[in-house]
Amino acid sequence: MRPFTYTRVDDVATASAAVTTDAVARAVQGPGDTAFIAGGTTQLDLMRDGVWSPDALVDISRLPLNDVELDDGVLVVGASVTMADLARHPEVVRCAVLRDSLLLAASPQLRTMATIGGNVLQRTRCRYYRDPTVTQCNKREPGSGCAAVEGTARTHAVLGVDAGCIALHASDLAVALVALDAQVRLHGPGGRRTIPVTDLHVRADDDPSRDNVLGVGELITHLEIPVPDARSGYLKVRDRASYEFALTSAAVVARVEDGVLAHVGIGLGGVGSVPWRARRAEEVLRGQRASMALFEEAAAAELADAFTVTGTDFKPELARRTLVRQLRDVTEVTA
Amino acid sequence: MSGVPVTVTVNDESRSVEVDPRRSLLDMLRETLGLTGTQKGCDQGACGACTVHVDGRRVLSCLTLAAQVDGREVTTVEGIGSADALHPVQQAFLDCDAFQCGACTAGQVMSAAALLEEDGWETAEDVRELMSGNLCRCGAYPRIVDAVLAARAVREA
Repeated sequence: MRPFTYTRVDDVATASAAVTTDAVARAVQGPGDTAFIAGGTTQLDLMRDGVWSPDALVDISRLPLNDVELDDGVLVVGASVTMADLARHPEVVRCAVLRDSLLLAASPQLRTMATIGGNVLQRTRCRYYRDPTVTQCNKREPGSGCAAVEGTARTHAVLGVDAGCIALHASDLAVALVALDAQVRLHGPGGRRTIPVTDLHVRADDDPSRDNVLGVGELITHLEIPVPDARSGYLKVRDRASYEFALTSAAVVARVEDGVLAHVGIGLGGVGSVPWRARRAEEVLRGQRASMALFEEAAAAELADAFTVTGTDFKPELARRTLVRQLRDVTEVTA
Repeated sequence: MSGVPVTVTVNDESRSVEVDPRRSLLDMLRETLGLTGTQKGCDQGACGACTVHVDGRRVLSCLTLAAQVDGREVTTVEGIGSADALHPVQQAFLDCDAFQCGACTAGQVMSAAALLEEDGWETAEDVRELMSGNLCRCGAYPRIVDAVLAARAVREA
């Protein structure tokens, strides 16, 4: 691991200024050379493997961002709240999609360490990205190519990707967040802003070298999660029963009134270069009479333009079935 | 690269050391403090052999920077029981024959000891899910589940 300096900060403004000032001092070309660290569960691996080598880490794990508050139907969650603590909150326990996206992820130890701010910003698990001896990686070295497209792929994305990069965004929580219309509050040198989670990440087919839209010195301070007036659920399909990333997953939030889908929000996991908001499927479903045939049509529409390579060609069908099954289970419409 | 001063309570004893910013909690425990009960398995957060408690909760010491535990309370397998007075989980692992080679056992025991303090679980199936962060290459899983349930029964008796 390359040497780095370590500083701990106690408030958000100092944290942002520390990274910004440091970045200016080093005249860095972009974020990465000096960075925040909180739970560190992704970062230590990347640093140890030589994939990511920051010069300076600013420890934000003690920032006063540990509260979960219900504000007029919106759950406001501090970015330092751990996955384990969020999963135990009474409002979250009642919201199946949120609870299960947290509890079906990682392991108890990792959920105790990992913060929700870090969770939504986690790096891809692409094995080629994480192996610095692989020279073809447009995410690490723009223009170098993509080893995954021609190599052995399986846990890679099929939506929001092209032949330039098929890296998957592996967060479960973020998939639930896009289905719930959640937003993130950001704090940076230019001030504060609040954006939808769906605008936070950058699709691989837009720019594989950028994971998200955060500027230098900008950090997530809170998540705003509207508590849905609807039923919800999270279905995760994976290679082993626990402690495994999703092959496919579906986060569904739906309210059926008189047999008609009055509200529907859908996120898909295991398939996208970003936490995938299934807008095409939602469009097919919204305002229509719920039926298995409609669910099939919606799922087919969402996966229609999937980009597959050898090894990921099973995913569109698995994703379709995962979504149909979860729509059926959440709505309890079975015919 | 200058060292980072760290004052941490380890097994109820205050320790002040200076660490390289790169040093993991696991390496600080084993190399700096000589507490070799905590095991290094994968060193990448996949196996759970390095599980310790920070402020009473189970974490992976291989994925924790030593600098980040400044001011915290760390408990390792050396701190939960002694040869004369085993922790209920340790006794249960012996009674249930819950290990073979022992490489994962310190992590299993620390994970299970923390689990006893967590709520919302009851059955063998719950234990399997909540112990899924600790791998055992010998495949002693059925007996590990037995041991966790036995330790819980002792505790509630």
